Amino acid sequence: MSKAYETVIGLEVHVELATKTKIFCGCSTAFGGAPNTHTCPVCTGMPGSLPVLNKGVVEKAVAVGLATNCTITTDCKFDRKNYFYPDNPQNYQISQLYYPICRNGKIEIETEGKKKWIGIHEIHMEEDAGKLVHDSYDDSSLVDFNRSGVPLIEIVSEPDMRSAEEVIAYLDKLRLIIQYLGASDCKLNEGSMRADVNLSIREVGAEQFGTRTEMKNLNSFKAIARAIENERERQIDLLEEGKEVIQETRRWDDTKGYSYAMRSKEDAQDYRYFPDPDLVPIRISEEWLEEIRAKQPELRAEKQERYKKEYDIPDYDIDIITASKRMADVFEETIALGAAPKKVSNWLMVETMRLLKEHEKEADEISFSAANLAKLIQLVETRAINGTVAKEVFEKIFAEDIDPEQYVEEHGLKTVNDEGALRKTIEEVIAANPQSVEDYRNGKEKAIGFLVGQTMKAMKGKADPGMVNQMLKELL
Amino acid sequence: MDLMSLTAVELGKKIASGEVSVIEATKAALSRIKQLDMDYNCFVTVDEEGALAQAEIVQKKIDAGELNGPLAGVPVAIKDNMCVNGMLTTCSSKILSNFKPTYTADAVLRLQEAGAVIIGKTNMDEFAMGSTTETSYYGETKNPWNINCVPGGSSGGSAAAVAAEEVPYALGSDTGGSIRQPAAFCGVTGIKPTYGRVSRYGLIAYGSSLDQIGPLAKDVTDCATILEIISTHDSKDSTSVDRNDTDFTSALVDDVKGLKIGIPKDYFGEGIDADVKEQVMAAARTLEEKGAVVEEFDLSLVEYAIPAYYIIASAEASSNLERFDGVKYGYRTEEFTDLHNMYKKTRSEGFGPEVKRRIMLGSFVLSSGYYDAYYIKALRTKALIKQAFDKAFEKYDVILGPVAPTTALKLGESLSDPLKMYLGDIYTVSVNLAGLPGISLPCGSDRNGMPVGMQLLGKPFDEKTIIRAGYAFERTREYQRPAALTERGL
Repeated sequence: MSKAYETVIGLEVHVELATKTKIFCGCSTAFGGAPNTHTCPVCTGMPGSLPVLNKGVVEKAVAVGLATNCTITTDCKFDRKNYFYPDNPQNYQISQLYYPICRNGKIEIETEGKKKWIGIHEIHMEEDAGKLVHDSYDDSSLVDFNRSGVPLIEIVSEPDMRSAEEVIAYLDKLRLIIQYLGASDCKLNEGSMRADVNLSIREVGAEQFGTRTEMKNLNSFKAIARAIENERERQIDLLEEGKEVIQETRRWDDTKGYSYAMRSKEDAQDYRYFPDPDLVPIRISEEWLEEIRAKQPELRAEKQERYKKEYDIPDYDIDIITASKRMADVFEETIALGAAPKKVSNWLMVETMRLLKEHEKEADEISFSAANLAKLIQLVETRAINGTVAKEVFEKIFAEDIDPEQYVEEHGLKTVNDEGALRKTIEEVIAANPQSVEDYRNGKEKAIGFLVGQTMKAMKGKADPGMVNQMLKELL
Repeated sequence: MDLMSLTAVELGKKIASGEVSVIEATKAALSRIKQLDMDYNCFVTVDEEGALAQAEIVQKKIDAGELNGPLAGVPVAIKDNMCVNGMLTTCSSKILSNFKPTYTADAVLRLQEAGAVIIGKTNMDEFAMGSTTETSYYGETKNPWNINCVPGGSSGGSAAAVAAEEVPYALGSDTGGSIRQPAAFCGVTGIKPTYGRVSRYGLIAYGSSLDQIGPLAKDVTDCATILEIISTHDSKDSTSVDRNDTDFTSALVDDVKGLKIGIPKDYFGEGIDADVKEQVMAAARTLEEKGAVVEEFDLSLVEYAIPAYYIIASAEASSNLERFDGVKYGYRTEEFTDLHNMYKKTRSEGFGPEVKRRIMLGSFVLSSGYYDAYYIKALRTKALIKQAFDKAFEKYDVILGPVAPTTALKLGESLSDPLKMYLGDIYTVSVNLAGLPGISLPCGSDRNGMPVGMQLLGKPFDEKTIIRAGYAFERTREYQRPAALTERGL
């Protein structure tokens, strides 16, 4: 490679909005369900059916727009995008081309300590399509319209990103904002967040953009990073060989680690967009906008500031805890139940993070309740159980969200605070380990550790190690 | 006297008083259809079994005092582009030849709640595209006044069924004149309500921004009564408007004193049949004699209505009709090689030539590079036409004019020249573009004895004034039934 190249990336991110019902009918948006059970004449494109806009979709789209510094289009409209495909029951998708609901936004990202603004060209609302199920046995295809009409927003960035790291940082920031707003759960693997990557390269210092390709089928952050690297190299190779990059849509195959062309610009369809006459223009009044603004929840940066003021925990911990809305929620709920912030933070930072890593899970996937963590902390505080037992119980809470009080009771894990019983056990340990006793008395401080261990073992771990230590010293 | 020669309200009174049973009324309609519909072909579907079963239920409700509306127990026919749960709904197209919806159009539901007995579904131009009811896949409907003439369209089946006394009243839909023009050609009365007055839910769309459901019946009283029942705010239709001025029968008053009526000079220029002109002008004089103030004026922009209408309606239709693809319901071609071949063959075989022509026209005007030149320009024209009407309504309460330049044409005459057929819509389409209400009612006949219709247009949501004017005019003449019926000894 003789020249230096710069990668130019823009993203189109689709996010499924977490409304209870679909965008143009009253059907449930719940994931799963037997095929075609969450459907009605509207979302299956039956003749004579008409769409009616779900206001919750507008509110969530505006909330995302406000949180990403967009201008809200107070008079916006829906347009029809016409194309034939069996997952699209009307053979047109109701979307927004001419007057998208949000425009000209930006969000700030940070990579390797450097901050940078990424522009948002627009955010528009649209409906999702159904799902095709291919039956290879009789070589036919079936359509499931459960997803048809699920509300989506498409967030179109400016071509402001220059590396995979920036792309991941942008997506991560976007995901956090949307999760904090409660507008979507943004799960890439379940498809509630999907990103298409527009990428081109140009020589460093060039002013003109190169020809771009659009990459689809990217189901994880890792796949996105790999696809970007691969596409960058593919385009550089083409240019170095004196060939041209063709403007086309490509599909990424993450298991094989390469992409292939789906369709070129020449095959691009004419979608014949026009305003949907079945829907009236949406007027977002100043009052409505104020209402949405007032309901806007605390976002991550605000939360971080508040934690710094309210809790005595390190900035590093605050960063980790607030990096997931779910973890921050657990943190706050546990504190609200009476646990000390520092203790809660410790359980999250140490044991929770360790178990997440061990189970290859994300913090968003934390499934235990704040109530059970609070109870566990209480058990430790009151010395009802010791630290070792607590860790063991927490693993159960992490995995199955068990009630720790009940669990400790049922498994007889309570610390024995009966001095008589403890004294008796210690006397037995002393009698059984004359060598260690001898060592200790000869000034080998370490030997007491062994004796504590033996006592704990004999107590089946249910003693308070501090108490054991103290009593041993007394008896020796 | 045959029960079907009564108006809907007259028959409703007889049913309410117990003089006639709902079953008798239903059987009278069914027997008339059996007797005449071989000749006229007003119906695509006659639901004898369902109608008789419904009649029993309605009678019980009337007897129990649960139903006492003016149309309880009166049979009705529904244009075949309105969905009725479980009943074949074809839009007179091959592509929906097997389609039975699982839901009922809101306007039809309102009638059912009021005790209507649905006799069947009436023939129409395929997907309401046409002005003659000749583009139906199920054969043309014939005009009861002259079997060699068209009944008009696209609600030709509904208009002819009322004129032939097969049913007392029917529902139609009007996108560019499809209620008013067949009413005029068949000598009956029809109302195209203000856009947004009647829910479009369950009406299979042709031009969504122009379509409106409305009544066809023998007189203004019937039409006002029906409209009062079907006008409701429907949360399932975003374009449906919530109004509390739907007591249309209160406007059935024989008084036009001081009513300001404007007559657009542009509607009487080149192309209008002399007999039509004479009868409509005579009607204006009649209203003047009754105390209305009648004045001629220049409406302007009339020549732009047809191109604007055909661009907008075809553009919307090209998208609305995309759902008919052989995947989910309706006709699917027998043999195909792949998905695109299936789409292509299904739609080539399933749609008739007029529908294909409009899909192509509509797809063209929406395609990239032509959108601004055609579609946007047509929308601007639409806005200007609306302004021209707004201006006229600053001076006048009602605008009076002909419904069509001619009386009913001979069968086959206009199919050979589609442009000529399109031009026949010149007086009706601008009303849809402006979203106004219009009533079409008979006002005489031409030299061949064919009915002539006039239309009265009102301000948006001011159906009451045109109902009043129409009612006052109607008081001055007798209802004319087709002479052919009398000649047949009916």
